[in-house]
Amino acid sequence: MTTLPASTEKKLGLVIDLDTCVGCHACVVSCKGWNTENYGAPLSDQDPYGADPSGTFLNRVHSYEVQPSEGPAQLIHFPKSCLHCDDAPCVTVCPTGASYKRVEDGIVLVNESDCIGCGLCAWACPYGAREMDQAAGVMKKCTLCVDRIYNENLPEEDRQPACVRTCPAGARHFGDLSDPDSEVSQLVAERGGMDLMPEQGTKPVNKYLPPRPKDTWEEVDILAPLLEPVAPEADGLLGWLDRTLGKVGGK
Amino acid sequence: MSQPQLETSPKVSDEVRKTTCYMCACRCGINVHLKEGEDGKQRVSYIEGNKDHPVNRGVLCAKGSAGIMQVNAPSRLQSPMKRVGPRGSGEFEPISWDEALDMAAGWLEPLRKEAPEKLAFFTGRDQSQSFTSFFAQNFGTPNYAAHGGFCSVNMAAAGIYTMGGAFWEFGQPDWENTKLFMLFGVAEDHDSNPIKMGLGRLKERGAKVIGVNPIRTGYNAVADEWVGITPGTDGLFILALVHELLKAGKIDLEYLALRTNAPVLVNSDPDSAEYGLFLRDKAGKELVIDKRTGKPVAFDAEGVEPDLGGTHRAKGITHRPVFHMLAERYLDPKYAPEAVAEQCGISAGRIRKIAAELARVAFDEAFEIEQEWTDFRGVTHKTMQGRPVSFHSMRGVSAHANGFQTCRALHVLQILLGSVEVPGGFRFKPPYPKPATAHPKPHCKVTPGAPLDGPHLGFVHGPDDLALDENGHPARIDKAFTWENPMSAHGLMHMVISNAYAGDPYKIDTLFLYMANMSWNSSMNTGGVMKMLTDTDENGEYVIPRIIYSDAYSSEMVAYADLILPDATYLERHDCISLLDRPICEADAVADAIRWPVIEPDRDVRGFQTVLVQLGAKLGLPGFTNDDGSAKYEDYADYMVNHMRRPGVGPLAGFRGAGDEGGRGDINPDQLDAYIKNGGFWMEHVPEEAMYYKPWNKAYQDWAVKMGFYDAPQPYLFQLYVEPMRKFQLAAEGHGDRQPPDHLRDQIKATMDPLPIWYETDQTGNEGFTVNALTQRPMAMYHSWGSQNAWLRQIHGHNPLYVPSKIWVENGFEDGDWAKVSSPHGAITVPVAHMAALNENTVWTWNAIGKRKGAWALEKDAPEATKGFLLNHLIHELLPPNGDGLRWSNSDPITGQAAWFDLKVKIEKVAAPDEALPKMGEQESPVGTGPKALAWKVQ
Repeated sequence: MTTLPASTEKKLGLVIDLDTCVGCHACVVSCKGWNTENYGAPLSDQDPYGADPSGTFLNRVHSYEVQPSEGPAQLIHFPKSCLHCDDAPCVTVCPTGASYKRVEDGIVLVNESDCIGCGLCAWACPYGAREMDQAAGVMKKCTLCVDRIYNENLPEEDRQPACVRTCPAGARHFGDLSDPDSEVSQLVAERGGMDLMPEQGTKPVNKYLPPRPKDTWEEVDILAPLLEPVAPEADGLLGWLDRTLGKVGGK
Repeated sequence: MSQPQLETSPKVSDEVRKTTCYMCACRCGINVHLKEGEDGKQRVSYIEGNKDHPVNRGVLCAKGSAGIMQVNAPSRLQSPMKRVGPRGSGEFEPISWDEALDMAAGWLEPLRKEAPEKLAFFTGRDQSQSFTSFFAQNFGTPNYAAHGGFCSVNMAAAGIYTMGGAFWEFGQPDWENTKLFMLFGVAEDHDSNPIKMGLGRLKERGAKVIGVNPIRTGYNAVADEWVGITPGTDGLFILALVHELLKAGKIDLEYLALRTNAPVLVNSDPDSAEYGLFLRDKAGKELVIDKRTGKPVAFDAEGVEPDLGGTHRAKGITHRPVFHMLAERYLDPKYAPEAVAEQCGISAGRIRKIAAELARVAFDEAFEIEQEWTDFRGVTHKTMQGRPVSFHSMRGVSAHANGFQTCRALHVLQILLGSVEVPGGFRFKPPYPKPATAHPKPHCKVTPGAPLDGPHLGFVHGPDDLALDENGHPARIDKAFTWENPMSAHGLMHMVISNAYAGDPYKIDTLFLYMANMSWNSSMNTGGVMKMLTDTDENGEYVIPRIIYSDAYSSEMVAYADLILPDATYLERHDCISLLDRPICEADAVADAIRWPVIEPDRDVRGFQTVLVQLGAKLGLPGFTNDDGSAKYEDYADYMVNHMRRPGVGPLAGFRGAGDEGGRGDINPDQLDAYIKNGGFWMEHVPEEAMYYKPWNKAYQDWAVKMGFYDAPQPYLFQLYVEPMRKFQLAAEGHGDRQPPDHLRDQIKATMDPLPIWYETDQTGNEGFTVNALTQRPMAMYHSWGSQNAWLRQIHGHNPLYVPSKIWVENGFEDGDWAKVSSPHGAITVPVAHMAALNENTVWTWNAIGKRKGAWALEKDAPEATKGFLLNHLIHELLPPNGDGLRWSNSDPITGQAAWFDLKVKIEKVAAPDEALPKMGEQESPVGTGPKALAWKVQ
């Protein structure tokens, strides 16, 4: 059993805009690249050129079809990585103290030198956000790029998680969710940001912005004239030309 | 409790080198991080986007970030090779570069002396076409093109003929100001990051996005309104929108009068030999009625106020303005929403709603920018009128046999709304706009031992410009610029192998291909093409005698070549992203870029362009040798710096002269260093006064001349009515000396309409095949390249056939089922999956996931080779016989664009076979297979 801090000074996390995410996987691969080269053991791949390739990814994009009662089906792209929960069950379940939540910023990390690869934390996480690296035998998870966000070897503008820096659509935002004035908190307030599976009681720090309503032009009254004709049809082309070209200042 | 001490500022890398990505065609700027490996060599440790770069401004897609897995891919070819087994087997023997170049020169030298056309040189997804075409032109063969003919030539050609540019490399929405964005079917890498960035900007502002696509994935998944249109009916839908806008008078009359050929007078006498042609003055300038005088004057006369309403009678012939003809055509009730709704699969109400929203945003949300500018008629305007509606489109509407006219229709819609080259609308990127008249015409005159008489590809303006020999036969192996497809501006790479095999129009000797997987996913009728490449004549010789191929990777096409010239990967070579070629500019700026070897190859490979430089010198081609016979350029880098296309204009526009000149300037021997210092690119901003209205804006035209885009100002009118098309119709009607063959007259009359039309594509043989079948490119893959990438293939390793709910239920499909999918041409048996967000009569799959066993260094039981499949087996390059004794091409009759997306199929549930059918055999891998495990960390 490992204890969680009673509170953290900041709550660093991600706000992911499901209205904007096009499902391009840029975040997935950028994460794979950075975290293969940096924090802890590289993210390995098994059978990478064979029948059943599989590897460690700290961030994956899932796609779900939604079929509303009215209107056409929708496809929602759903990126998922560790949500850095306030009440992180993956930490409390850890038998060695390898899993921990940082006091200063709330980031949940695995200290790989203490990890025995028992997998209890992955079992405890209701989001399936942890992955056991098959080559290293240690548990891997999103570090929120703890080795980027404070890294003085990087230009200040680059001190953000790799997935946020690379996202082409700007669907990923990083900041302090404990500060109500931060840009991420503002976004959550404006757009109705949501917890993932709140019923699990994990109090995730990461938030998701829901898709905006779609396909609202489906329900159109066919009888309603939306654009007014400039001339009655009986007037023919000449009537149309007369009235169209005669309009003051044109359109 | 205590926390571990963490190093939060680890060293990121030893060095960052900035170059240009090549994981797809988008050409983003990248920062390549390098660390010293155990062997003391610099190795790539991480790739991220370059924040200063105009294309991607720091972001990078999945492909770009996975570049590290491409430069260490086990599929990389190791050395030149000559074939030792039968074609298709993949049995090769490594040879030296000296032997390889001797062999190539030994084949090509006699051809050049006697019959240069017997070399067919086609270059696939080449980003150096201004250079590769220079080689072909110097060699003297007319048979050169890149892959545009099977990609998006309809879009490019329709855009150039209509308004001097199309989408993507030609222009972009005014992302910062547009309020309504309408996206028609698009390959998601056309273009990749800029579209995603733009969508993100729109979403940030809450601007509306309409997605028109039978399939709701990617960009269409985030569209606010999804229009799941029936494939191939986009043109009809667009013309219904035009109908609605015209009927309501919601068109920009001032824009039409001043900026387009709407007021230009057209000969309206059906008995005249010039029926349908423009009335011109002695200098050849189109005439309009000037409102001030009521008299016809040249369209560009000082201060002229063109009249959209005026007709003119001269020499007994009535001339009507284009505007009358356009209104007459599209006010016709056959374009009313009710008339097209069923065919398009869109309700009439929704079509009306979309038309109303386009009109509302274009006119009710119009705005002005306080920026004075002067037009080409000398009139100064105090402000710039904004129309915040914009569009984007690429392959989805392009790859149909009615695609050219559909693309034209889309441009006409944009123009009627007054939303091209205005704030909030669609904006050109320098060196565009550039009208068809400012481009070269095609050239095809062969002189043994001498260069061709000019550039191969270009824009025809009438029958006289066709590439025909003195007997009226096609001059080119791909029959580009012939009566079958007169405006084939990008050539027809997809017809080269079948024409060469048939010896029609003539036999060739050597097929020289670069970076085009023609024995697999880049050909229609893949199985047939494999047979053509391996078939022998009565003497046991291959029907296509010699094949030279250059590729960096062990693709399917490698197995079909006699000689392999292995290319370097994109991080190991020089390249120039040139304004002479496919530019990477932004609407606000002109830009070009380089690639340079940020790492050295660890294999015996050479950048293909350097190989061409060496081969050109060896063959003594004039552009590649000095007067004393010595080599003019050492390698491609040398050419990039020292080649001059026109005085002061070279492949790279930046850092010329003393390093401070952009556009035109002397050769700067330190040019590449300057690019490297600047992050691999050069950029210069468009002056404020020149930002919009570029085709008509004096300030822009003058700046364009200064920059070297052209040598004199080229103001022009948008061509709602494309007169060159009418010239082909006139020929088909019997006018003029150059006459089409009789069997093509009806096709030319029907399709070469100078105002956009919609027609149903040829359905011969489709009885019983009623379901549309499409492919899409996944955002994380580029063509066949992604599967060799250990990271990307974990994202897209499978490609089931996605089936809509209605067909799923009708066939009683369940998860894990397989289906036999047949077309008039063939059948495949493949795994299926259900998808609801899909047009109810359309099935689709991901493009080019299916692989041949033995290719790409994958193991033979890789899912790409066992369950992966290609729809290509169902598509033939010719349409089924229709009883007239002729075989008609499966392409657009105007441009020759391959009509991939006209495919119709039927589907039946079958028992699962052990592997997807047909099985396409195996090839030996010249590079073996990849390792069993990866943990890539440079330390």
